[in-house]
Amino acid sequence: MATLELSGIEKSFGQTPVLHGIDLRVADGEMIVIVGASGCGKSTLLRIVAGLETATAGTVRIGGRDVTALEPADRDVAMVFQNYALYPHMSVFQNMAYGLKIRGLPTAEIRRRVGEAAELLGIGALLERRPRQLSGGQRQRVAMGRAIVREPKLFLFDEPLSNLDAKLRVQMRAEIRRLQKRLGVTSLFVTHDQVEAMTLGDRLVVMHQGHAAQVATPMEVWARPADNYVAGFIGSPAMNFLEAALAEGGAAAALKAGPTIRFADGPRPGADGRRIILGIRPEHVVPDPAGLVLDLDLVEPLGSETVAHGTLPGGEAFAAKLPGAAVSPGDRALAVALPPAAWHVFDAASGRRLDPG
Amino acid sequence: MSTTELPRIAALPAAEEAATPAPRPRRMGDVVTHGVLILGVLLFALPLWIVIMGSTHDAASIGRGEVPLLPGAHAIENYAGAWAGGTSATIRVPVAVMMLNSVVMATAIAVGKIAISLISAYAVVFFRFPGRMLAFWAIFITLMLPVEVRIFPTFKVVSDLGMMDSYAGLIVPLIASATATLLFRQFFMTIPDEFVEAAKIDGAGPMRFFWDVALPLSRTNMAALFVILFVYGWNQYLWPLLVTTSGNVETIVVGIVKMIGSEANTEWNIVMATTVLALLPPVAVVLLMQRWFVKGLTDTEK
Repeated sequence: MATLELSGIEKSFGQTPVLHGIDLRVADGEMIVIVGASGCGKSTLLRIVAGLETATAGTVRIGGRDVTALEPADRDVAMVFQNYALYPHMSVFQNMAYGLKIRGLPTAEIRRRVGEAAELLGIGALLERRPRQLSGGQRQRVAMGRAIVREPKLFLFDEPLSNLDAKLRVQMRAEIRRLQKRLGVTSLFVTHDQVEAMTLGDRLVVMHQGHAAQVATPMEVWARPADNYVAGFIGSPAMNFLEAALAEGGAAAALKAGPTIRFADGPRPGADGRRIILGIRPEHVVPDPAGLVLDLDLVEPLGSETVAHGTLPGGEAFAAKLPGAAVSPGDRALAVALPPAAWHVFDAASGRRLDPG
Repeated sequence: MSTTELPRIAALPAAEEAATPAPRPRRMGDVVTHGVLILGVLLFALPLWIVIMGSTHDAASIGRGEVPLLPGAHAIENYAGAWAGGTSATIRVPVAVMMLNSVVMATAIAVGKIAISLISAYAVVFFRFPGRMLAFWAIFITLMLPVEVRIFPTFKVVSDLGMMDSYAGLIVPLIASATATLLFRQFFMTIPDEFVEAAKIDGAGPMRFFWDVALPLSRTNMAALFVILFVYGWNQYLWPLLVTTSGNVETIVVGIVKMIGSEANTEWNIVMATTVLALLPPVAVVLLMQRWFVKGLTDTEK
């Protein structure tokens, strides 16, 4: 158990920069989820923490100790891999015990630790089996067990749930979270799945093109995304983005789709005509006979709610998520209001969030 | 395989002609395929059968030009004679000695080739060092040189080193294998990177990884290669012929050729007994390793 401190981590593969200076402080026992689309550098960051890649610049500190120059084995970290990386010719017990055996722990201690971890994970009956005799979920547990028995300072998870089917993934997700809380080990968890990110993390690091676009709690990332990339990445269906310009001295937005609507939380800085992007989540859209008319092209009933996809008068794509059966699949048009209280305002040029002020 | 495949193919046109599958053409197909197969088996088995039968008759009956197809009464004396005394053409070196020489040579070559190939493939696949690709290509290129091309330089080196007429002279020049190195390289490249990374995090160094992971995972490949390389070593003729000058380290293959060197007074019964004896070790290795194979295949990891 320890803190983790990354400062100015940069990484280039040859001439190609992959990470552009990542700073992150992880508190003792915290679970941080690094989330982003493929190619954003999230796995590279994790591998730098593990010591499997060498950072081009920057330092890694685990528990206050600078480990930047240390081998993976000397960093006291344990990693769970996407394909589990269980040695096929060893039994479950041997797989879990391997790291301890190499470290020269006494046999009795190895037995105790493996036994305890197996008990904790409910794989006590499988210790003599080979990995190929296990189901995906069981292999996942063994991989977790191998990390747990090491009693490391840091757990690193590299998309460990991607190889499981949907149902098992939800179950293992909850299990990992419970386990991590119970053991209180500082953890980094890499995923491309926003639901995993939201449900698992104490805090999220949303990565975009080698930058940490936002580091915040899941609710904050959802409620106050730092830029339009984060806003579009987190949330399903994705947030709607509408082109607009500042009007009325910054107090209102003139939508490309037609109306000019006043901000609910005060004026934004900048001259009238400054180009901005208005974001509104589909679930915040409300039906309103007097509102904008959406030309529907697809209605998806989900039971408790209905998602309607269409285009606004300006030609922009737009989705609305309405409770119950507010729209039926046969409908051609839907009038909606965009409550200003639910708006996210971004600068069109930089994509950064614009707050009142 | 072909017994089940062929009749189906033969039956296809029949099934197209008549809506109900006609039993007669199918039976015809069965008869034809079985006929072909039996003929094939006979062609392969007949020489072997003649050798085995010939080894049970006395020298005179084969000398008269008979081709014995039934067992004779001299089996024990022929085999005992060959085992203990050889023939006059091989200056009475017992076949037992030649067999031992061949077993030593073939085993050492097979084990040596596997050991050296494993280590060099491991170096080429898992380490980054200057000249890595150069080393790989240097190994690879030797594949293209047949033994015959380098046999005289090799002979000169072996003779200068004083290794003529010794096990070392028989074995050392044949102990490295580009083919096996290449095979192990291809196999090592299929080992997922995560295994290496997991081992690094677990604190296993390169030697530990080799012994604990790479080697156990290669077991099946090693068994397969052992069979091929043992038979390769056993069948060596040209090199042992050059390097052995006395009977001490003469191999069985060279011995057999020498035995039938002079047409006139060939002791055919002894030659045939020797041939049967020479067949046994490779057959034993194949059978023994085959069990390993099957075990390896049913145990397939991954």
